[in-house]
Amino acid sequence: MLSVLDKKLLEEVADLHDVPQGAYNIRKNGEGISKNNTANIEIVTKKDKPGIDIIIKPGTKGESVHIPVILSHEGLNDIVYNTFEVGEGSDVIIVAGCGIHNPGSKKAQHDGVHEFFVRRGAHMKYIEKHYGEGEGSGKRILNPKTIIEVEEDGVVELEMDQIKGVDQTVRDTEIILHKNSRLIVSEKLLTYLDQSAQSNIIVELLGEDSSAQIISRSVAKDDSRQVFHLSLKGHTKCRGHIQCDSIIMDKAQVSSIPEISAYHSDAQLIHEAAIGKIASDQLTKLMTLGLSEKEAEDTILQGFLG
Amino acid sequence: MLKMINIDVDLDGDNGKDQVLNKINLSLERNKIYVMTGPNGGGKSSIAKSIMGIHKPSSGKIFLDEVDITDMSISERARQGIGYAFQTPAKFKGLKVRDMLQLAAGENKIDLCEILYDVGLCAQDYLDREINSTFSGGELKRIEIASILSRKLKVAVFDEPEAGIDLWSFQRLTETFVKMHEKYDTTIVIISHQERILRLADVVIMVDNGTISEITSKDKVLKDISHLDSGCELRDNCIKGGIEDAECIR
Repeated sequence: MLSVLDKKLLEEVADLHDVPQGAYNIRKNGEGISKNNTANIEIVTKKDKPGIDIIIKPGTKGESVHIPVILSHEGLNDIVYNTFEVGEGSDVIIVAGCGIHNPGSKKAQHDGVHEFFVRRGAHMKYIEKHYGEGEGSGKRILNPKTIIEVEEDGVVELEMDQIKGVDQTVRDTEIILHKNSRLIVSEKLLTYLDQSAQSNIIVELLGEDSSAQIISRSVAKDDSRQVFHLSLKGHTKCRGHIQCDSIIMDKAQVSSIPEISAYHSDAQLIHEAAIGKIASDQLTKLMTLGLSEKEAEDTILQGFLG
Repeated sequence: MLKMINIDVDLDGDNGKDQVLNKINLSLERNKIYVMTGPNGGGKSSIAKSIMGIHKPSSGKIFLDEVDITDMSISERARQGIGYAFQTPAKFKGLKVRDMLQLAAGENKIDLCEILYDVGLCAQDYLDREINSTFSGGELKRIEIASILSRKLKVAVFDEPEAGIDLWSFQRLTETFVKMHEKYDTTIVIISHQERILRLADVVIMVDNGTISEITSKDKVLKDISHLDSGCELRDNCIKGGIEDAECIR
């Protein structure tokens, strides 16, 4: 049974108002509390360690899997290992995400290790949102590790958003792309107060005509700190593009460390990175429409982080 | 009515070293179209920015309908019914054309398709696009103008609206100014060097060297231009009021 608080967290991280349709697994405070399989998607609890295997049959199309995690106690250190088998020729949406409500003074932490095998010709859209709240002084910590291997002709879209309230995060993402496979990553991150966030993304373009596009947008406010280490490695004829934009405010600190490495003369790799304040011409324009400076700033940040 | 009385603008506020406007006195009546023209760097945009509150006067007063707006912020002036279409529009990552026009409209009920049509853009192609560097200069300019057309304004200032607009869309643009002017009884101020814009004017304001050098009729200006027109003499910047880059008239 989901409490009002649970439902609020689920809504924040997975846009769920109640238990979802289709396949799902809801994990709360370190335990699976609700699970559902469909004819094409099977969720199996791991026996050797905490976590689940999600097996999507080849050819499954138009289905979604929701696997949200919620923490509502202080002092938890939840670690989960999930493995996804996305069958050949399938086309699915996987909605993950973690919401922490920390009411106490001790930290609440969730570390999720997600490993994906996206088989030949499959298309997977993976949406992961992180959110924290709670009146306690205890830290809300989320450390996701995402490992993806995309087979020939596979397509992977990742949407990774850290919306609000996460005090500390280290996000590690490692992706291997085989022949003619395609990766599109959209990362959005907001930090404030004394929060810190580190995002490390390494993409290995192994297969001929593979391509990767990584768009990372972040806003750092107050005394928060962000570090981005986005790396593309082109081993063959391939294309890769990283675009990393950060808006920095107050006394925040942002480091963007680009790395593009080509090991083949037909590898085309681009890295664009920009860190800066909100442009004054943007603020002025919105103020000429009647918005106050604060409203203009909020509108720009909201738009920037989508 | 908008009145500027003895407006000085000194951008650095250091006693005249960066004075861009000097004793500007101007009365803009309701429901008239004013075209402001003159040489580059003469102070036209500075007057426009002073009306909008982007430049603060170092001395002088500005009134809108008898209300002293001299110390009002940009936002407050906007809420009083003043609008300004920038010469170089801002780009926004993440903000869509639809968002911008809705922000601009506020509580004013508008038809987004009609507004975009008026500036020569197809709503279907543009409403959900971000106002970012994928737009050409001309497209940004049209969206900028559309953001002003979305508002119900007492005074609308357009800073070189024709820049970047192709020849084929020019006619529609001029019709749009007239339409706005008639629809909302708006005082329109257009900074321009174009003869076709000059032809819209009820009054032409010549600006040069930080001052208003002349307030005159379009007929006089057009006559002056026609006298000078032999082999694009205007390019030599020889008109006494300083209209440069104006089109040659045959």
